[in-house]
Amino acid sequence: MRSKPAWLAESACLVLVLMLIQGAARAADTSPAQQLERFSAQAAKPGQAERGRVVFTSRQGGEWSCASCHGNLPTQPGKHASTGKSIAPMAPAANSNAFTDTAKVDKWFRRNCKDVLQRECSAGEKADVLAYLIGLRP
Amino acid sequence: MNRTWTTARWALASLALIAGSFFFVDAYADGGRLMPANPPAAYMQECASCHLAYPPGLLPARSWQRLMGGLDKHYGSDASLDAVTVQQISGWLQAHAGTYKRVNEEPPQDRITRSAWFERKHRKVDPAVWKLASVKGAANCAACHTGADRGVFDDDNLKYPAGMDARMRRSFND
Repeated sequence: MRSKPAWLAESACLVLVLMLIQGAARAADTSPAQQLERFSAQAAKPGQAERGRVVFTSRQGGEWSCASCHGNLPTQPGKHASTGKSIAPMAPAANSNAFTDTAKVDKWFRRNCKDVLQRECSAGEKADVLAYLIGLRP
Repeated sequence: MNRTWTTARWALASLALIAGSFFFVDAYADGGRLMPANPPAAYMQECASCHLAYPPGLLPARSWQRLMGGLDKHYGSDASLDAVTVQQISGWLQAHAGTYKRVNEEPPQDRITRSAWFERKHRKVDPAVWKLASVKGAANCAACHTGADRGVFDDDNLKYPAGMDARMRRSFND
């Protein structure tokens, strides 16, 4: 017969393992670096942080830039330009969930580029923005 | 003896898990009067990433139907989704849509904030309050209603948004 602390520890382990399984099932099929690689390969040129910064922070004919909602400092939380809802930081260094789900990356680029540029972004623009965001430090 | 103990350990661990999951369900279900229990995960994920998870009872079914049919032009923003997710969320919204007489009316542009009941409830709020940086507009329920994300909108759960001057506070309390 084992002592009481032993089974307590075992139960705790079991709970931990189940939590991990649940967490893993939710997202994280990719990483920001993999997404940068994907878009750079599609564009056949590497993403460039400075170009990405310009895309991210400037308005391009429309009412909003990326920064209108995500902020000029994407290492900090943003605020939705019309609803005021807080948005988690876009820089992976400040938000471990950013760019870890391929479907989400595609969905948000598709929608938000239309809001900012009135068209979908090119692979090159996405690579540039990713290079910019990945390079940011809090 | 040893086997009995092993079984007991597993039983205890399972019980702890089950109790734990009840706790989570309870915490969720205790959400308040307006938000139905267990909204679809897609609703929280897709809609609530940009704005409050508005309780479906605040709009009539026809309004939800129209709104979900035009997500690519969603109040100035592209909120388009894949067809399966649209159907899932739309079905849930319409099933829980408002039927109470004051919600039954389809507001202009299917905006909750243009409903007659909404305007009447907020008629004494100084127009400058809506324009505060901390509020940004009437759609941001949670700026004042601290229980909004749980579907609680009663007058006891109000807070002043940042930046209100004395005049705005008077109108707010009235």
